[in-house]
Amino acid sequence: MSAELTIAERVDRLELPFDRLGIDPFGVSKWHLKIGMGALAALYRHYFRVRAHGVSNVPARGRAMLVGNHSGGVAIDGAMVLASMFLELDPPRLAHGMAEKFINQLPFASIWTARTGQFTGLPEHAERLLRDDRMLLVFPEGARGTAKLFKERYSLVEFGTGFMRLALKTQSPIVPFGFIGGGDAIPTVTNLYKLGRLLGVPYIPVTPYGASVPLPVSLEVYYGAPMHFQGNGNEDDTVVQGYVDQVKAQISALVEQGRQNRTGLFT
Amino acid sequence: MRVLITGMAGHVARRVALQLHERGHRVVGIDLRPWADRPRGIPLYALDLRKRAAEDVFRTVRPELVLHLGTVSALTAMGEERYRINLGGTQAVFEHSHTYGAKQVVFVGRHTFYGAGADTPLYHTEEEPPQALAHFPELADLVAADLFAQTALWRFPELTTTILRVCYTLGPSGHGTLANFLRGPRAPMVLGFDPLFHFMHEDDAADAVVLAAEKQPRGVFNVAGPQPLPLSVVVRETGRRAIPLPEPLLALALGHAGFPRLPRGALSHIQYPIVIDGGRFRAATGFVHRYRELEVLRAFSAAFPMR
Repeated sequence: MSAELTIAERVDRLELPFDRLGIDPFGVSKWHLKIGMGALAALYRHYFRVRAHGVSNVPARGRAMLVGNHSGGVAIDGAMVLASMFLELDPPRLAHGMAEKFINQLPFASIWTARTGQFTGLPEHAERLLRDDRMLLVFPEGARGTAKLFKERYSLVEFGTGFMRLALKTQSPIVPFGFIGGGDAIPTVTNLYKLGRLLGVPYIPVTPYGASVPLPVSLEVYYGAPMHFQGNGNEDDTVVQGYVDQVKAQISALVEQGRQNRTGLFT
Repeated sequence: MRVLITGMAGHVARRVALQLHERGHRVVGIDLRPWADRPRGIPLYALDLRKRAAEDVFRTVRPELVLHLGTVSALTAMGEERYRINLGGTQAVFEHSHTYGAKQVVFVGRHTFYGAGADTPLYHTEEEPPQALAHFPELADLVAADLFAQTALWRFPELTTTILRVCYTLGPSGHGTLANFLRGPRAPMVLGFDPLFHFMHEDDAADAVVLAAEKQPRGVFNVAGPQPLPLSVVVRETGRRAIPLPEPLLALALGHAGFPRLPRGALSHIQYPIVIDGGRFRAATGFVHRYRELEVLRAFSAAFPMR
């Protein structure tokens, strides 16, 4: 990790078309990024002590899709991948996550997600960002992935196929990644779906200690070599499913590699 | 060329009329509102578009080009009257244009066609249907007028129909939906929300309408200028003060304490963004906006400063 640049300097080095007010055409704001990335950097460096492997596999510029496994009952995996792209790359890159639709209805969360480039997960957003040569962060397991229990933390649930059709349509390389440790940080024993619906979220994860506050375990992310697929996105389901299975196998291998290399929860 | 402009007393329509007049076209207008200081060579008929006398203007002038800017928003007309103006007026414009041999009709609509909602995308394209009408029923007649205008594309194939969906306009005239919103010293916001606002200078909007008349593209086109900005930035850069209130409280405060009078449904437009992709229009006409986002805001705040 190159620590010589401050968060503000990193934000200034982002290769995004900010206007004189520090706002880009999607509404991403330098001011919000500096605060948001500052908070994520503290979690990344000091709380979770994240180690990122294979960052050189991520294209320095141009469209790309980061595709990986969900790990942990809340989206700390996404936040830490976002932070690793911002802190480990030079020039830094802003990964655009695809947020759950309910987030845009929540006061303040709506502002902070939008101003930091984390837009509602709509196909229109994903395609437009890629055509603008930006980097997309995708978890094909969706909310089913974050709902994984502690005992299932290294398994992969069913992948959607939309991400692959999008990659084919926009001719975007897929950078697979395996995320390790999220399930240890939030060891979910059960999910409260009814309470979640009452609160306007998909579910509330419950840990042995009750709250779903992440434990300060070390987290790791392994980036694999970019995968390129040829097509236009209108291929038969069987063809697309075959490509999806290739990506899923690669992510599974990266997760397994991470498990083998993992020396402990707090080291 | 003989040009008929409906709604000619409006702030964009005046600019269009002046440009076309200066270029030597014979310009005639219809509007119930006055335009006192217009050039002598631009007649303005104070008529209701839906009445027989308006048809007489079409018959006698025989316009080759009709620019329909005679629709109104929920801020300027209420209920049934707004429906009659927007739908009845648009119907009359297309029927008379067809009957009396016009070559092109440009319908100037609004980007609010697409609606604002939590799960609507940024950068709407022309293929998208209107959404979130249930939250803002006062918008339904403008949406219907836009959709009705589109029927002319197949009903009158000999007529070049151009439908423009123009983002908010702002500038020294102080007219328009966004200008009304920013009229007072305080601008309401929904607490916890700060949507992108897409706006352009009123001169750029007029240029776009003139360009649509010159290049005669057929079909539906979004018209956008510079990039959108968050509402809080629009308010701040025009020297106004943002007052964020929880949505139920804000609904009660509208029209009081210096807040603008807005229909309840309009709150969705200050909660969620309506941003459009103007790429198709630029490609079809070569349109380039002259004013950047800050210049537009400065032009308005210079004309209407807050002290």
